[in-house]
Amino acid sequence: MEQNMMDTIARISGVNLRRCMRCGKCTASCPAFDEMEYHPHQFVSMVENGRIDELLASQGIYTCLSCFACVERCPRNVEPAKLIEAVRLAVIRKQGENHLHAEQIPAMLDDELPQQAIVSAFRKYKR
Amino acid sequence: MQVTWKPTIVAFCCNWCSYAGADLSGTNRLQYPANVKIIRIPCSCRLNPMFILRAFQKGADGVILCGCHPGDCHYTTGNYYARRRMTLLFSMLDFLGIEKGRTRVEWVSAAEGAKFAATMNEFVKTITELGENRRLEDLRCKE
Amino acid sequence: MQKIGVFVCHCGTNIAATVDVETVAKTLGKEPGVVFTTDYPYMCSQTGQQMIQDKIQELGLTGVVICSCSPRMHEQTFRKACHKAGLNDYMVEIANIREQCSWIHKDKQEATEKAVILGRAAIAKVQLNAPLTAGTSPVTKRALVIGGGIAGIQTALDIAEAGFEVDIVEKQPTIGGKMTQIDKTFPTLDCAACILTPKMVDCAQNEKIHIYAYSEVEQVGGFVGNFHVKIRRKARFVNEDVCTGCGACTEKCPQKKVPNAFNLGLDTRRAIYIPFAQAVPKVATIDPDYCNMLKNGKCGVCAKVCTAGAIDYKQKDTTIEREYGAIVAATGFNPIDLSQFDEFAYSKSPDVVSSLEFERLMNAAGPTGGTLLRPSDGTHPKTIVFVQCVGSRCEDAQKGKSYCSKICCMYTAKHAMLCREKYPDTDVYVFYIDVRTPGKNFDEFYRRAVEEYGVHYIKGMVGKVVPENGKLKVQASDLLDNRQLHIDADMVVLAAAIEPDKSARSVATMLTASMDTNDFFTEAHPKLRPVESPTAGVFLSGTCQGPKDIPETVAQASAAAAKVIGLLCKDSLTCNPCVAEPNELMCNGCSNCEKVCPYGAITYIDKEFRGPNRTTLIRRVAQVNPAVCQGCGACTVACMSGAMDLKGFSNKQIMAEVDAICR
Repeated sequence: MEQNMMDTIARISGVNLRRCMRCGKCTASCPAFDEMEYHPHQFVSMVENGRIDELLASQGIYTCLSCFACVERCPRNVEPAKLIEAVRLAVIRKQGENHLHAEQIPAMLDDELPQQAIVSAFRKYKR
Repeated sequence: MQVTWKPTIVAFCCNWCSYAGADLSGTNRLQYPANVKIIRIPCSCRLNPMFILRAFQKGADGVILCGCHPGDCHYTTGNYYARRRMTLLFSMLDFLGIEKGRTRVEWVSAAEGAKFAATMNEFVKTITELGENRRLEDLRCKE
Repeated sequence: MQKIGVFVCHCGTNIAATVDVETVAKTLGKEPGVVFTTDYPYMCSQTGQQMIQDKIQELGLTGVVICSCSPRMHEQTFRKACHKAGLNDYMVEIANIREQCSWIHKDKQEATEKAVILGRAAIAKVQLNAPLTAGTSPVTKRALVIGGGIAGIQTALDIAEAGFEVDIVEKQPTIGGKMTQIDKTFPTLDCAACILTPKMVDCAQNEKIHIYAYSEVEQVGGFVGNFHVKIRRKARFVNEDVCTGCGACTEKCPQKKVPNAFNLGLDTRRAIYIPFAQAVPKVATIDPDYCNMLKNGKCGVCAKVCTAGAIDYKQKDTTIEREYGAIVAATGFNPIDLSQFDEFAYSKSPDVVSSLEFERLMNAAGPTGGTLLRPSDGTHPKTIVFVQCVGSRCEDAQKGKSYCSKICCMYTAKHAMLCREKYPDTDVYVFYIDVRTPGKNFDEFYRRAVEEYGVHYIKGMVGKVVPENGKLKVQASDLLDNRQLHIDADMVVLAAAIEPDKSARSVATMLTASMDTNDFFTEAHPKLRPVESPTAGVFLSGTCQGPKDIPETVAQASAAAAKVIGLLCKDSLTCNPCVAEPNELMCNGCSNCEKVCPYGAITYIDKEFRGPNRTTLIRRVAQVNPAVCQGCGACTVACMSGAMDLKGFSNKQIMAEVDAICR
C-alpha cells in the first residue's frame, strides 16, 4: 500500500526523489519553518522512505505557504513544494474513499445492530 | 619608566618561513618598532643558544626566534630541535635571573606577515614593560 | 683585512623616502674595513650593477655589502654581477633596508638609524666571509624505481621514454601491484586489467627498463647522483630465463591447498604458481612454505612436467649491486587489517568482506568467475550493505587511521552501481559519514549511483553486524531521518582504510627519506614540491606519499619521472656551498651530529692524526658529504665540542652580526 502511495505521490508531483542530496537548502529557505511539524527536506525523505501515513496525518502540510522558495533554491531541482502539494492532493483524494467493503460486513455484524443501520451504512459508503 | 630608553631586540628568523614572513609584513607596510633587528639564519635549528647568551652579554634586551610552524620545516625536523633546545635554554636563563619574557620562540610562516608584525609589536611592548636588561658579564679575558 | 665596498640603494623612493641614504652611506664609511661607500637610485639596474663591478675592479674590493631590498629578491642578481667582476659569489652580503626597514617605519630618523645598524651587521659578517666554491658531483644516468605497481610502471615508462635506463624492483613475483586485483575503475568503469596489462607489457618489452620482480632492496648507500644499491633477488626455484610460462607445472602440482594471495585467500592455488594470466614476467614461482619437494624432498612433479627444464630446487637468493643517479619510491598501499573491528563481524562471517575482496568476487578472473556469490554458501546475495570509513577518520590508533583514505567513497559508489547494474533485484545500501567525491566526473558518478541505479545512501554508521541463521543482522542509524534501521543483509562490504605498505618504513630508513606519523613519505614541500622527498635524489610516486586514486597516482608518477629526468639530464650536480664542515682537530667523535642530521650527510671515519713524539694516533672524526648536506645547521648546535660549523653562516659570522646589532 505504502509503496503504491509513494509512487502515486511521486508520479502526481513529478518529483524525482532520488535527486535529493540532503543539503537542507529547502528547509533553510522555508518562511514557514517555525509553524511546521515536518520540514521540506523531511517531506522528501519521508516520502522516499515510505512514511506516508505520518505525513498524511500531519498538519504541517497545510502550513506550507506554497511560496516555492524551496523549488526556486533547490540545487538539484527536487521541487519539495510540489511534493507537499501532491501529499495534500492525496489527502483530498482519500476523503471520497470507500471505507467498507461488502465482504467485511458479515464479520462486523452484531445482533444488537438494527438492520436499518447496516443499510444506511451501505448507502453512505457506497461510491 | 625612562622615556629616552629604547630596548634593543634581536630577532633570529629562519630563511624559508619567518624571514619571508618578515619581508611580507614589509611588503604589506605593516608597522612594527625599529628596535627589532633581524638576523637571517638558514633554519631555526641553526640558532646556537650561545648566540642568545651573546646577545644578552652585548646588551640586547630581548631575543626572539622565529621559525617555520612545526611540521613545515624546510629541513623537515629543524624546528623540532630548535623547540627542544630553546625549552632547555629558557630554564637556564630563568636560573640566571633573566626574566622569562625576554626570550621567545614564535612560529611564523612565509604567509603570516601580519602575524610577524603583531608578534613584534607585542614583544617590544613586553620588553619595554620589563625595562632595561642587566647585561651578562663576560668573564673571559679580553682578546 | 677585507676591503669592503658599501652600496646603498634608494630603490627610487621606496627606501630613500624614509631612510636618509646619504647619511647611511656616510656613516657606514667609518666602519673598519670599508674603503668605499656610495648611494644610487637603482642598484639592481644595469648601471647600478656596472658601478659595483667597476668599483670591485678599480679598488680591488674583497667584499661587497649592498643595502637594498630583501636578499630573497636580488641576492642572486648581485652575486652574479660581482661574480662577473671576479669577486666570489659568497663575498656579497645584503642588508635588507627595504622590506625590513623603510617600508615598516615612518620616522625617518629611526629608520635611518636602523638602516645603519643593519648595514653594520652586514659589514661585520662580510669581514668574516670566506670565498666559497660550489663543488660538483657526477650523475649516474640510471634510475631505480622501488615498487612495480601502476605508479612505478608509469614512472619507469616515462623515464625510459626520455632515454634513460630504469630498473624496477618489485617484491611480488609479478609487477602490476594492487591495480591487477581491481575489477573496474571509476568513474569510467573500464576494466582495470584492460588498461593496466598493456602498460605492464610495455615495461617488459622496453629495452631501457629492467624488471627485478620477486626482489627487494636490501641496502642503499651514497647520495644524489651516486646511489649505491644492493638488491636481493629472492629464489623462485624456477629459472626465470628458461621458464616459458606455459603453466603446465601449475596444473600438475599436487599441493592444491595453498591460499591464493592474489584472490586474497578467497580460493586456493598450487604450491607452484603464476599469480594471474597476464603476469609480467610470466614465470612460475614455487612457494617454499607449501612445496613438498622443498620442505621434505618428496615430490618433484613440476620438474618432471616442465619441458623447458626450468625448475631448480637448489636455487638460492642472489644479491646484485648497482649504481643509480635517482631513486623513486613507489611502495604503494594495503588495506588495513579489519580484525580489530569486531562490531562488523569481519572475523566471524565469511559474508562480511573487505572492498578489495569484493573486487575479486566481482572479477571475471576471480574465485567466482565474475558471478557475485556469497563466500559462505555460494548463493546470490539479495541485500548488500556497504559500510564506508571503516578505520578511516578514526582517532583510535589501535584500530584505524586518523586520515581520510580518499578512494573509498568512489569505489563504494562503483561497487554499489555495478551490483545494481548486474543484479537489478538486489537491494543496495551504503552507509556513509560524508560522501567525498572531489574530482573530474566523480560527483556526477556518485549521483548516478543514487539517481539512476537507486542505491540507498544513508547518512550514518552501522553500529553492529550480527550473523544469525545465514543472514547478517545489520543495525544502523539514519541520522537524517532520525531512525534506527535493522536490515537483514546477505552480504556486508567494509570499505577498509588504506595504509602505506609495511615495507615502506624500511625503504624510507634506507633512503634516509622522512615519513610522517602514518608512515607516508613526506614531500619536500607540501604544495610546491609534492613529488620530491626532502632527501635529494629521492622522489615519490603514488600512494606511498598519501592516499590517491589511479588518475592521481599516474599524474604523480609522471611528475616524479619528470623530476628524475631533469636530474639525470645533468652531467654533474652543483652543490650548495653553504654546508656544514667539521674541524677534525676539535671533533671528539661523539656522533651527536650524525644523529640530528635529517639527510644522513654525516658519517664517521677513523682517521690518522699526528700525535706527540712522531707517533700517530687514530681518531674517529665526523665527515660531511657536501653533496648531501643541505645546510640546515642542526649539527652545528648539536656538536658539543664546537667542531662543526656551517659555511656561510658560521658561528663567528652570526656572533659578529649579534655584536654589531647590540653595539
